[in-house]
Parts: sequence; C-alpha cells; structure tokens
Amino acid sequence: MSALLVDIVLWATVLGVGLLTFRHGRPVFQDALKRGATDFIDVAPRVAIGVIGAGFIAAIIPPEFITGSLGPDTGWFGVLMATIAGAATPGGPVIGFSLGAVALKSGAGSPQVIAYVVAWALFAFQRMILWEIPFMPARFVWFRAAVSLPFPFLAAALAMLIGKP
Amino acid sequence: MIFIVVLVAVSVALVWRRDGTQGVLTILYSDLWLFAEILPRVLAGCLLGGFIASVLPHDKVSKSLGPNSGLKGLLIGAAFGAILPGGPFTAYPVASALLAIGADFGATIAMVVSWTLIGYGRAISWELPIMGADFTLWRILISLPMPILAGALGRFVYVRVKERFDS
Repeated sequence: MSALLVDIVLWATVLGVGLLTFRHGRPVFQDALKRGATDFIDVAPRVAIGVIGAGFIAAIIPPEFITGSLGPDTGWFGVLMATIAGAATPGGPVIGFSLGAVALKSGAGSPQVIAYVVAWALFAFQRMILWEIPFMPARFVWFRAAVSLPFPFLAAALAMLIGKP
Repeated sequence: MIFIVVLVAVSVALVWRRDGTQGVLTILYSDLWLFAEILPRVLAGCLLGGFIASVLPHDKVSKSLGPNSGLKGLLIGAAFGAILPGGPFTAYPVASALLAIGADFGATIAMVVSWTLIGYGRAISWELPIMGADFTLWRILISLPMPILAGALGRFVYVRVKERFDS
C-alpha cells in the first residue's frame, strides 16, 4: 500500500516537473527526455548489478556480526563496531531501525546506537551500491563517503556529551 | 564499479560454496524480482533528473550552489535535501543533475547527507514508529549540524586535492 502511494507521488512529481519543462518549449522538453532516457539506459545495468549484488553480499554477512557488535557499555571500541555494523546492515530502513531498537532494549549504550543509526544512514552498503553508485559519478560517491567518515563518531561524542533522551 | 563487480563475484562464489547452485538461484530469482519492481522507479528518477537539469537555469545554480556559494550554498543544499520528497530513486538523480549543472561537491554533499540524516520521509515513516519519538528527535537534533559540516569539510578538502583528483 505504501509502495503504491510512493509510486503515485513519484510519477505525479515527474509529470508535474515534465509539464513545467514542456512550458519551456518543445526543444527543451525533447532534450530533457533524451537526457533522461540516456541516463536510464546508462544506469539500469548498474542498478541490476547493485540489486543482484546486494542480495548476495547480504547472504554472506552473518547476522550475529551485526547484532553482536551492539553490546552494552562498549565505549569507543563499541562506537567503532557500531559504525561498521551500520555500514554492513543489509536491507531497508525497517531492518536497520529494528536492529537499533532491539539493541537499545537489550542494553546497548545510546551513543553506540546513535552511531549505528547515523552510520547506517551514511554508509549502508545496500543503498550505496543500489542507488548512489549507479546514479552519481563514482568519484563523488567515494569522496562523499570519505568526508562522512568522522560523523558517526561525532554523533556518539555529542550523545555522550548531552546525555540520553 | 569494477570494485563492486569483484565484490559481487566473491559473494556469489561464497554463497555457492556454502549453499550450492540451488542457494545461488534462490537469491538470484528474488533479486531479479526486486529489480523488475524498482526499474520503473529508476526510470522516473532519470526523467526527473533530466527535466530538472533542463529547466533550472545553470548560471543561477552555479551561483547559489557552486564552489563560491559559501555557507549560504551549503545551507541551501542541506535545506533542499531535508525537504526533498521520495526515496533514493529521486534523491540521487536530482543530486546528480545539480552536480552536472553547476553545484559543487560541497553543496551536493550537504544535500545528500541532509537527505539521509534529517530527511523527514524516512524519519516519519520508519524511525519514529520503530525507535520512538524521544530517540528520533534526539538523533535528529544531534545530526542537525552534520550536513553543513560534511559539506564544508568536502569543499575544504576538494579544493586541496582537486588537481590530483581531476586528472
């Protein structure tokens, strides 16, 4: 149901922006269509590799590795493990957040859980190889990931500083 | 991309060694289904990117999101990422389009990081119900400065490694 809603909003947006483009004149519109179609032909095989690849990579990551790395009172080493676990978590937001919620309930420290959630948002391998790498220039993706590296640690540090919610 | 292909090949080999041909085929079938499901969204994202690249005036984009756009450019990028609707199939094509028509790495990083960290879509539909309101608000509050910091760091590093990076 929510997937259907997402698709409706998505195509309505495409239609809206498409109409806006059409008002700039036919050549502009045709040019935009051509650009979109070329991108699609370029991107679709990469998404295919990403989708198929993500399934296999997810299958070889042991689930215990991710749940086990979010233990209680693990300090900065725990933050590092949580960051790696966040990047290695397969699947969509349901899995990522559910693992975080379970970890919180079973006694993991909140700085570690926040590092996990932030690392998942920044580096989740599935989103990166399925969407970011196919659509963005490769050098941008690696640069973006490298620049983002300090942030799970910064989030944990801020969480330690201002305390639990 | 070569790195990804190698990584995938190794994973397939490991799955094959553990679960045999049947195991490989099971994963392949479900992945192919998923691919068929998301392909229309990929098309929508590409069209959206194409339209945006054609409609937005390039000189204005490079002025307000380009290398010399300062803090204001990073703030615009971050704000745009936070309010952008849809999922990865809209965020990345739009980011890519902006990059192509004059936005610099800094502003684009601010946008992408803002979309993943403080975008309202994921927070409302997934984080809030699963993690609870306290954690979500606390996490977003802590994440609030990060898109700007990431964009500023990106811009700072990029101008220093640009020569080596572009060659």
